[in-house]
Amino acid sequence: MAHRSGPSGFLLTTYESAINWTRTRSMWAATFGLACCAIEMMATGAAHNDLARFGMEVFRASPRQADLMVVAGRVSQKMAPVLRQVYDQMSEPKWVISMGACASSGGMFNNYALVQGVDEVVPVDVYVPGCPPGPQSLLHGILTLQDKVMSGEITR
Amino acid sequence: MSALESLADAYPDLVFEHVLDPPQSVAHVPADAYLDFVANARAAGFDVFVDLCGVDYLRRDPRFEVVVNLLSYDPPARLRIRVGVAADDPVLPTLTETFPGANFYEREAFDLFGIVFAGHPDLTRIVLPDDWEGHPLRKDYSVGSVPVRFKESPKAQ
Amino acid sequence: MSDTPNVVTGDFEAPTTEPPSQPETADSAAAEARREIHDMWVAGTEEPAWMRSYTNEGAQEMLEAESDPALEIHRGTTVTDDFIVEEPADDDELQILNMGPQHPSTHGVLRLHLELDGETIRRVKPIIGYLHTGMEKTAETLTYMQGSTNVTRMDYLSPFHMELAFSLAVESLLGAEIPERGQAIRVLLTELNRVSSHLVWAATQGTDLGAVSMMIYGFRDREYILQFFEKVTGLRMNHNFIRPGGVAADLPDGWEEDVDEIIEKVSRGVSEYEELFNGNPIFRDRTIGVGVITPEECKALGVSGPIARASGIKWDLRKAFPYSGIDKYEFEVPTGKHGDVWDRYLVRIEEVKQSLGIVRQVLETMPAGDYRTLDRKVTPPPRKRIDESMEALIHHFKLFTSGFKVPAGETYQAVESPRGELGMYIVSDGRERPWRMHARTPSFNHVQALPTMMTDSLVADIVATIASCDPVLGDVDR
Repeated sequence: MAHRSGPSGFLLTTYESAINWTRTRSMWAATFGLACCAIEMMATGAAHNDLARFGMEVFRASPRQADLMVVAGRVSQKMAPVLRQVYDQMSEPKWVISMGACASSGGMFNNYALVQGVDEVVPVDVYVPGCPPGPQSLLHGILTLQDKVMSGEITR
Repeated sequence: MSALESLADAYPDLVFEHVLDPPQSVAHVPADAYLDFVANARAAGFDVFVDLCGVDYLRRDPRFEVVVNLLSYDPPARLRIRVGVAADDPVLPTLTETFPGANFYEREAFDLFGIVFAGHPDLTRIVLPDDWEGHPLRKDYSVGSVPVRFKESPKAQ
Repeated sequence: MSDTPNVVTGDFEAPTTEPPSQPETADSAAAEARREIHDMWVAGTEEPAWMRSYTNEGAQEMLEAESDPALEIHRGTTVTDDFIVEEPADDDELQILNMGPQHPSTHGVLRLHLELDGETIRRVKPIIGYLHTGMEKTAETLTYMQGSTNVTRMDYLSPFHMELAFSLAVESLLGAEIPERGQAIRVLLTELNRVSSHLVWAATQGTDLGAVSMMIYGFRDREYILQFFEKVTGLRMNHNFIRPGGVAADLPDGWEEDVDEIIEKVSRGVSEYEELFNGNPIFRDRTIGVGVITPEECKALGVSGPIARASGIKWDLRKAFPYSGIDKYEFEVPTGKHGDVWDRYLVRIEEVKQSLGIVRQVLETMPAGDYRTLDRKVTPPPRKRIDESMEALIHHFKLFTSGFKVPAGETYQAVESPRGELGMYIVSDGRERPWRMHARTPSFNHVQALPTMMTDSLVADIVATIASCDPVLGDVDR
């Protein structure tokens, strides 16, 4: 982000990239654990993988305080309105990671009960494949999202 | 006398199948004797409610079947009760008086099969939204799968 | 079982499938067909009032107090606490509180409708179905070969137990014998799975009661077990490893050292938890006497597993109906006395120790031999034969594309999962797909028993009680 560093400890950059940088470094996730993936999301936050390295260890129970919704698990027809409402309650700017095959595409459950991909309900920024994706996959998804935010690819 | 023997004494006409693997007994009970039978089974020692589910046999008469699993702790024994339910009048009496644990299971069987449990205190859908139409686990209800679209496939364009 | 009158017989045509329900085609023929299905059970009958109301919005929510016959069933738990108001309040003073489905301490997407009188819970109604995945329907479209892929995603904290219950049910229909090594591998994996599941319970129970460091400890120790699972099965969760006919592969080289290390690390972890919890006044105050359920209520509501054991029922399916040769190993069934959250904590911690003991015994007595049945009807031919023989290749291909046929019949097989009795009821019509698969899942009963445990206790006890039931919502809603 540093475009030019001056001689006396000054850092020159654009206003936009400074804003983006701060956004990526403290993305707070809303707890939206649904199924198997939620357990892996918790494992990502735990000791071995340590989400705190990305300034993300604070999972917010209130959507008002969250920037990122990790949709971790299968979204049923009954849950979809709830999911949309939680998304609407989040304050801008907000991002969505669709974690796992079920959230991304319905996965192996192509049936009456499931929404075939959470992108039918909310806009998704990053899809993380896997059933369930391991913590490493989720971390990669988060890094990808940070890159996208940093580069200004996602502007809201 | 074991729970099963005393129950068999009370119902001399009823045929019990004995399955060895896993050890359990199966009783085919007519619908009108169902409630009595379960109450007697409970009194005889099968006092643990395990499971209740519906089955749709589609082309058979009676079309539906409700399967109740009961358990006796001492001595360890299982009893499976199978009751036929007609398709044109899918009504059975509720078990919630005998076993409160049947509450959610009967709601589930109602939700997924449309089997009505008369006298149930709160017979509403349980796993599907309130305004759902149809009963998905019936055999004449499709799986509801949507065709998978791939972005590059010619069909999607 | 052969001359059973009610077993599915005769040749079924595939059910005529209508197009999937699409709301936008309300005026089409498909909608008409769906209307017919809907009307099937009300046709020709006078529609009672409650039937009209079941489609109303909020029909699943709590009933009016006077029209709630279930209320009396749920009452009856006596909790002694100074704060509890004995006199019932006026209706104006009651307030309805909605908890969930998106709530951090409901362990998933459980929704509770609470009627509060100040700080006291007067009535509770659990509302479930927010994770309904239609797995029982999907199971009817998958072959027995693919079936364990489906069931393993039900209870995602104990996937091996789901696979084991499914495999045992299919094997009991097939009459297949599993070699000793296959059985020992099953016991090893399921008991390790019990430990890992109880570790997640310990982590969440701790977090919900304010001991956030417990979350870190529990997941830290669980990670060792998951790494072993990944080494054995290739996946951290949802393994699809225990299959009808045995297990998918043999254990990898050096598994003994890994298991040895796990036993050592987890045992050390468990003694740390005990140090953290046993003398902790906050934990004791918030758990002792909270969420009580009596043995009679357990029986009537079908509550099983650690919760029933904590209320004093000495019952374990591993002892009563042994499966997979688990009766060869020595272990104790811990029981509690009071049926409260504290006793459940003690029972689960003891179960972890007993399971580690079983794992140790398996480690020492692992027999040699095959890990799956040699019945070629169920088991694919070995890799080497496929390279040599065309027939073996065809056989392999047929087995994996169309599956194997299972004799007509129905069976119920249950295993002791970390949460309780996990049963699998399978009806076969003699084809390669189950005609009906029903999973009797323990959490379903436990969620149903929540009102019994919570009524007339305090709001703060809700999270303690839910956490002590350890419900897995994938297990509840399926």
